[in-house]
Amino acid sequence: MKVLIAKPGLDGHDRGAKVVAHALRDAGVEIVYSGLKRTPEEIVHEAIQEDVDVVGLSVLSGAHVPLARRVLDGLRAQGAGDIRVIVGGIIPPKDVDALRALGVARVFPMGTPLPDIVKFFQEAKA
Amino acid sequence: MRDVRLHADIPVKPVYGPEDLAGRDPARDIGQPGEYPFTRGIHRHMYRDRLWTMRQYIGFGTPAETNARFKYLMAHGQDALNVAFDLPTQLGLDSDDPRADGEVGRVGMAIDTLADMEEAFAGIPLDRVSVSLTINGMAAPITAMYYAVAEKQGAAPERVVTTPQNDILKEFVARGTWIYPVDPSLRLVGDLIEFSAMRYPRSNPVSVCGYHIREAGCTTAQEMAYGLAIAAAYIDMMVKRGMAVDDFAPRVSFNFTCWGKIFEETAKFRAGRRLYARMVRERFGATNPKSCMFRSLIGGGGSAFTVQEPENNIVRGAYIALAAALSGAQTMALPTYDEAYTIPSAKAQLIALRTMQICAEESGAADTADPLAGSYYVEALTNQMEEKILEELAAVERMGGIVEAVKTGALQAEVARQAYLFEQKLVSGEIPKVGVNTHVGERAAEADREVELYAFDPSVAATQVAKLAKIRGERDERAAQAALRRLTDEARGTANLMPAIMEAVKAYATLGEICQAMKTVFGEHKEPVKW
Repeated sequence: MKVLIAKPGLDGHDRGAKVVAHALRDAGVEIVYSGLKRTPEEIVHEAIQEDVDVVGLSVLSGAHVPLARRVLDGLRAQGAGDIRVIVGGIIPPKDVDALRALGVARVFPMGTPLPDIVKFFQEAKA
Repeated sequence: MRDVRLHADIPVKPVYGPEDLAGRDPARDIGQPGEYPFTRGIHRHMYRDRLWTMRQYIGFGTPAETNARFKYLMAHGQDALNVAFDLPTQLGLDSDDPRADGEVGRVGMAIDTLADMEEAFAGIPLDRVSVSLTINGMAAPITAMYYAVAEKQGAAPERVVTTPQNDILKEFVARGTWIYPVDPSLRLVGDLIEFSAMRYPRSNPVSVCGYHIREAGCTTAQEMAYGLAIAAAYIDMMVKRGMAVDDFAPRVSFNFTCWGKIFEETAKFRAGRRLYARMVRERFGATNPKSCMFRSLIGGGGSAFTVQEPENNIVRGAYIALAAALSGAQTMALPTYDEAYTIPSAKAQLIALRTMQICAEESGAADTADPLAGSYYVEALTNQMEEKILEELAAVERMGGIVEAVKTGALQAEVARQAYLFEQKLVSGEIPKVGVNTHVGERAAEADREVELYAFDPSVAATQVAKLAKIRGERDERAAQAALRRLTDEARGTANLMPAIMEAVKAYATLGEICQAMKTVFGEHKEPVKW
């Protein structure tokens, strides 16, 4: 399994993204990390280029709904709708449903234990 | 007996005694409060003469909304402001820039032109209130706007007290609001320090931050080491630009985090003050004692707070306030209990302010200078912390020095490695966290839902964009364009850019235009993606 961990938008907080990247790598997942301030279009391009199975978006600024929508729309428009998108960060409970409705496969809001995230990927792999 | 190890990887013994201080010279290493090397604090009587300043971090939505919250907290006894800007402002993008979509007014207030800054500080006398501006990549233009507002209010320059953060090196390591490559970014830091030192003698034109690097994952000792290395880089740069160290070092200040692990934090600050004083005197030849003072804003660390059972964070905040007081803070800020969820509610901010007031006036922590001095444990720990900080400074040197370590991303990789180590210790329970890995409440998930979430108003962006269009339509277009051309021209040379930036700001050039006028020459930073 190959995963792109990406930081869309302007938010510069990457602790969570990097910790998740480390944990997944230790769990045997191949990781590509985008670096900061990628546009949704750049993320879509990189996901397709790198032929990943999952895109993990990390957003702490509150702009997660519009950013996730643009990534999902972009993937579908490029015929890559099979790439699953997950979102982590400061996601208030009410927005979890909004993101799921957009087509986000799974949301990991603040406070999610790291092993829960790893488990999701292990199950997805199996 | 269980093993205890601090975040700085220092083992803690069950008992300390006089033997732990053997070989040390108390007069030289500990000294007196208010005297070199300031281990015990930078003032002789500390809080008996002047209590720490209480400065909550505030800003959201439009300048008008932020102005109202400023006034609310000032009416409740907060004596200084600490302004949060939204991400487009921090990155030099106007509110109508496509890249600002969804981010306008989210995590701070939106500023596009001088008109916004005028509105944000309407009715707040800038010759009487001290204001921190949490701005880095765009520190020069935002501070120029602040100075312009002060001028319009009729405030005398020598009475203007502002602290732009202006610490770009830490932005490359943590927080990420870099814009230009490292070298031109450093030039702008220096331009603001130099301009402010000459024109605004009570401004504090750089606030060196360990805070964000620690919040991004590094240890206590690393936080202090990286902060000291960054401070040294700026001092070295200013000296090379031809300034005498005593002409600007007295206005250099610091911004560090503090968690509730009281003795480790106190030892960190006591050791840091001693190391900084010695560095500024011995390495840079300062003779003014004020140049050697580590003046600090101690802001409680939001990453010490939990999502689970958020009300427990009020208790954590009280321990943090106590630790910061015992550490000798000049200014204090606390995260709010709803930190992990939302932009703070007014209620949460008031509780944080009241926590500091209770610590100051009820706990006794402010009654005498450095009350922990002479404790076998705290003095031994201060010494051990000093050794650890020196080890971490040596590690930075092995990376090629702080500027090189930032350019290559080696420092960023080390901070990420530490963040992962810390997370693993939380998962294993080695670092206990109530409600997270110990004493986990049965109904924790449901109890979390009581937090009042900030109701972000999606009309903020439209309001800002309309105002921006109005300003663009009303301003003297030729004056604005001429000022921007002058800025681009001067960016090609080596002159201090602040006068050109001041001219552009006063001509109501937008922040995005000013940013772009320099980007044309400086280019953009390319992040070394290391994790």
